[in-house]
Amino acid sequence: MTLSILLVVSAALFCIGLLAALSRRHAIFILIGIEMMLAAANINFIAFWRFAPQPAQPTGVMVAIFAIAIAAAEAAVGLAMVIVVYRHFRTTNVDQLDRLKG
Amino acid sequence: MSTVAFTIISIFTLAAALAAATLQKLMHAALSFAVMFVGISAFFFLLGAEFVGLVQIFVYIGAVAVLIVFTILLTRDDVGKLRGFNWGGVFVAIAVFAGLIWAILKTKSLSVAPSQIEPVTVQRIGELLMSNYVWPLQCVGVLLTAALIGALILVMEDKSS
Repeated sequence: MTLSILLVVSAALFCIGLLAALSRRHAIFILIGIEMMLAAANINFIAFWRFAPQPAQPTGVMVAIFAIAIAAAEAAVGLAMVIVVYRHFRTTNVDQLDRLKG
Repeated sequence: MSTVAFTIISIFTLAAALAAATLQKLMHAALSFAVMFVGISAFFFLLGAEFVGLVQIFVYIGAVAVLIVFTILLTRDDVGKLRGFNWGGVFVAIAVFAGLIWAILKTKSLSVAPSQIEPVTVQRIGELLMSNYVWPLQCVGVLLTAALIGALILVMEDKSS
């Protein structure tokens, strides 16, 4: 197990998240994809910290903890927005939310 | 850090992620999403960051997955009309994956073995949060408060109209 194979796994996870965010029409799937991409970034933080030569401080761990907190805040606001959009438009299909289209 | 455990966890996580991204039923996708985070925290345990793995389980499986399930239940609607799948996104994702793989395999300095590190205890994390990282900690606290108040205000029923 080397750093590069770990990075390949995290890149695969990131691209699956990108796939979910770009190709699904339901707003909740887009949020799930964004959470997946953030988790892949967290794996990268921890992996680079683990494979670095003896760090003085566990910097990767701290960054990952802050990233998890920010991702949780993003999820709360995003899901609240999904509920508000559903209440206004009676749909969560992002293809139908095109009122601002020129 | 055994290779066998790493392989099993990788396959498990990627399969759950693929299921979460492609399953048609939203509820099944949300459950695979929770399973995927079990795999990701297993990665963190394997890499020696036990506290981050535990936080990941608490925050994602305990809070975010439940939030997603509640949102699905509150917005249950035209599930049948949402079967469409945008194939452009697939090509973009594959292109980005190919680019990342190319960059990873081109970089020579990545084939290193893990270094010997002392385990990061929760006490050490707490001390760092209260000394070096106290300003980021306060900022994250303000951000979380603002985000949760904002989410509440967003979903509050408008009584006047």
